[in-house]
Amino acid sequence: MKPFVLNVALAAIVMSCANSAASRAAWEPVRPVEFIVPAGTGGGADQMARTIQGIVTKHNLMKQPMVVINKAGGAGGEGFLDLKTSAGNPHKIIITLSNLFTTPLATGIPFNWKDLSPVAMLALDEFVLWVNAEKPYNSVKDYVDAAKKAPSGSFKMGGTGSKQEDQIITVGIEKATDAKFTYIPYKGGGEVAVQLVGNHVDSTVNNPIEAVAQWRGGKLRPLCVFDTQPMAYDEPIADGKAWKDIPTCASQGLAMEYLMLRGIFMSPKATKDQVEYYVELFKKVRATPEWQDFMKSGAFNTTFLAGADYAKWIEAEEKRHEGLMKEAGFIATAN
Amino acid sequence: MEELANLFHGFAVALQPYNIMLMIVGITLGVIIGVLPGLGGANGVAILLPLTFSMPPTSAIIMLSCIYWGALFGGAITSILFNIPGEPWSVATTFDGYPMAQQGKPGEALTAAFTSSFVGALFAVIMITLVAPLVAGFALRFGPAEKFAVYFLAFCSFVGLSKEPPFKTIAAMMMGFALAAVGLDSITGQLRLTFGVTELLNGFDFLIAVIGLFGIGEILLTMEEGLAFRGGNASINLRVVLQTWRELPAYWMTSLRSCLIGCWMGVTPAGATPASFMSYGIAKRLSRRGNNFGKGEIEGVIAPETAAHAAGTAALLPMLSLGVPGSPTAAVLLGGLLIWGLQPGPMLFVEQKEFVWGLIASMYLGNLAGLIVVLTCVPIFAAILRVPFSIIAPLILVLCAIGAYSVHNSTFDVMLMLVFGVLGYLLKKCNYPLAPLVLAIVLGDKAEEAFRQSLLGSQGSLGVFFSNGLVSTIMALGLVALFWSAIQDGYSRLRTSMA
Repeated sequence: MKPFVLNVALAAIVMSCANSAASRAAWEPVRPVEFIVPAGTGGGADQMARTIQGIVTKHNLMKQPMVVINKAGGAGGEGFLDLKTSAGNPHKIIITLSNLFTTPLATGIPFNWKDLSPVAMLALDEFVLWVNAEKPYNSVKDYVDAAKKAPSGSFKMGGTGSKQEDQIITVGIEKATDAKFTYIPYKGGGEVAVQLVGNHVDSTVNNPIEAVAQWRGGKLRPLCVFDTQPMAYDEPIADGKAWKDIPTCASQGLAMEYLMLRGIFMSPKATKDQVEYYVELFKKVRATPEWQDFMKSGAFNTTFLAGADYAKWIEAEEKRHEGLMKEAGFIATAN
Repeated sequence: MEELANLFHGFAVALQPYNIMLMIVGITLGVIIGVLPGLGGANGVAILLPLTFSMPPTSAIIMLSCIYWGALFGGAITSILFNIPGEPWSVATTFDGYPMAQQGKPGEALTAAFTSSFVGALFAVIMITLVAPLVAGFALRFGPAEKFAVYFLAFCSFVGLSKEPPFKTIAAMMMGFALAAVGLDSITGQLRLTFGVTELLNGFDFLIAVIGLFGIGEILLTMEEGLAFRGGNASINLRVVLQTWRELPAYWMTSLRSCLIGCWMGVTPAGATPASFMSYGIAKRLSRRGNNFGKGEIEGVIAPETAAHAAGTAALLPMLSLGVPGSPTAAVLLGGLLIWGLQPGPMLFVEQKEFVWGLIASMYLGNLAGLIVVLTCVPIFAAILRVPFSIIAPLILVLCAIGAYSVHNSTFDVMLMLVFGVLGYLLKKCNYPLAPLVLAIVLGDKAEEAFRQSLLGSQGSLGVFFSNGLVSTIMALGLVALFWSAIQDGYSRLRTSMA
C-alpha cells in the first residue's frame, strides 16, 4: 500500500506543479463553493465531506471558502435534485454514496447520474460481515449453516436504510447461500453496530469505520469482506488481527462482492476547465497526511479515478445496481 | 477512587488558560447560536467543527461542548421571551415560561430555567463521573421494542393532561402524526405523501413547524389583541436572580425527580425531548399546584428544563462509551471525535483517559461558566421585553424567517413557516392545544420507525412489546399513565355529579 500512496502523492505533486504553470488562466471559483452531502450529519459521507473541508481550510487549497451543506431528504434525493436544477453553476459540488443509483431506482424521483458532471472517485468504502463476538460463528461457513438452520425469517440482518446498499448485500447473500434473512432497516451505521452488540440483530454488513470501535472492544467479530481482495491495512486492531487478516467473502464460499462509491460530481453543464479544477483540488487533498490518516482509520479502498475512466466505472456500476435491485424487487413501481 | 484522581487530572487539563479562553468563547458563541431559532446546537457545532481541526483534540472538544452548553442555555431565552422554542426539548419550557414572561416575570422565569439547566446537567455529570462504566452497558439493552415503549410512555404521560376536551387533543395529535409521516418512509424506502413536490422530500421539519405555530402564531394573536403589551414592567436588575434563588429550594422534589427522569432517558437512546415532556407531565400531575400549570407556574419551567439538560448531558455517556449518539449534536461531536483520530467505544475510557476526563471536567467547568455568563445577562434579556411591541414584532418576524431559512437553506421553508403561523393562530382561536401536535411531529416518525422495526423482528407479533422485563415494565407504566388520567377524570366527574 505504501508505495501506491506515495506514487499517488508524487503524481499529485507533479501534476499540480505542471498544472499550476499551464492553467494560470484556467477557471477558479469566484464565490464560496457549496459542498452538498446527500445524507445526514454524522454519517460516513458527512464525515468525509467535513474532513475534506477541514483539509482544504488547513492547507489553504482554495482561495474561496468551502461550505458543507446537508441535504438528506428523500434518501438524498433532495441533494441530487438541488444539483440537477443548478445547471451551469460551478460553485456546487456533491459527494455521493451508493444512493446515487439506489435512490432514483427505489423512489422513482426524476434523477440520473448522467444529469450531473462527474469529477472524480475519491475512494471506495468496504463492507464487512459482522457478528456478535459471543456467538459461536467463527467462520463464514458456521454463519451460513446457522442462518440456514434457523426457522425461516427468524435470522435478523440489521442495516442502514431501506432498499440501499446494506439491503442489496443482504439479498445478495440470500441468493448466494439460500438462507433467508429478515432485514431490519435503521437510520445510521453506528446505531446498527450497537444493535448487533446488544444482540437485537444477528449480523450486519457495517462499513469498517462504523464497527471498528466495537471490534477493538471485543464485542464484534468480522467474518469476511465483500471485496475482491483483502483490505490493505496491516496494523493490528484486535486480538493481533488487522484489517488485512479478514478474508474475502468469495474465498470463504460466499460469492458476493460490493464496494460503495465515495465520489464527487458537479452541477450539469460544467466546462472542462471547471471539472479539471476540482480534479486537481482533490488530488491535492489526497496527498495530505490528514487524508491518509482518514483512509486508514476507515480501512478505505483508495482507488482514484477521474475523467473517462470514472464515467465508465459509474456506468458499469449503474447497470449492476439496476440488475441487483430488479432481481430483489426494489424498483419503484409508481412510474 | 481512581476515577477521582483522573477527574482532578482532567480539571488540571481543562483549567489551562488556553482552554479556559476556549470555554468562554464557546459559551458565548453557543448562547448566540441558541438564541437564533433554527440554528440549533447541532448546526452550530457542525459549522464550527472544521475550525477545531488545528487544535489538540482535548481543547477542541472542550470548545465544542461549551458551544453545546451555551446553545442549551440560549434555547431557553427565546422560548421564554417570545414563545419560540429553538430546540425540540425547549417546547415544554414555553408552556409556563412564556406566560410568566407575559405576566411581567421574565427575570424569574429565565433565572429558574438557567438554574434548573445547571442543576440537571450537574446531576448528570456527577452520575457520569461515578457510575460511568455501570450505566454505559444499559443502553445496549435497548432494541426497537424498548425504544418504542419509551416513546409510548412519553405520549401516554402527556395525553391525559390537557384541559381541552380529549377529542381536540387527539385531533391535534393525529394532525401531528400525519405531518410527521410526510417524506421518506425509512422502513420501505418509499416516498409518502409528497405528491411529487420536491420540497416535501424532507418532510416537515419540526423547527419550521414550531417557529410558525408558536412564534408567528403568537405575533398574530398579539396583533389581534391590539398590540397589548404586558412585559413592560419587567424588573431589570440582578436582585431578581437572588429572589428567585430563594424560592427555588422549595421545589427540590420536582428537581430531583426531573434529574432522575432526565438521566434515565438520556442514557437510553430516547433523548432529551421525551424527557422534557414526560417530566413536565409528571410534575403537573404530582404538583399541588398542578391546575395552575400552563398559566405561568415556576415549577412548570423547572421540571422540563432540569430533565432536558440532565438527559442532554447523560446522552454523552453512551456516545463516548458505545459510539451511539443520543442527540443530533452528540452525532456531530461523534464525527468530530473520529476526525481527531479518537475512536469512541468501549476502549476510549481505557486508552484516551486524558481526553475523556478532560471532557468530563470541562462539563463541570463549562456549565458553571455558562451559568455565570447567562445569569449576569438576565436583566439584559429581560429588558428586551420593554421594547414596544411594534418595534420588537418585526424583529421577531425577521428572526423567525432567518431561523426557518437556515434549517435547510430554503426559501420554501420560510413560506411553510408562515403557513404554520396561520395554522397555529387558527388552532388557538378554536382552542385546539398545540402541544400534542408538536409532540407528534417530533416523536411521531421515530415512534413509527421503532414500532415497525419491532414488528419486522417479531414477524408481526405484538407480543414483542411484552417479551422481557424491561420492555414490559415500560409499556405497563405507559398504560398506567394513560388510564390513570382517565380514571381520575371519571372519579372527579362522579364526585361532581353526586354533589
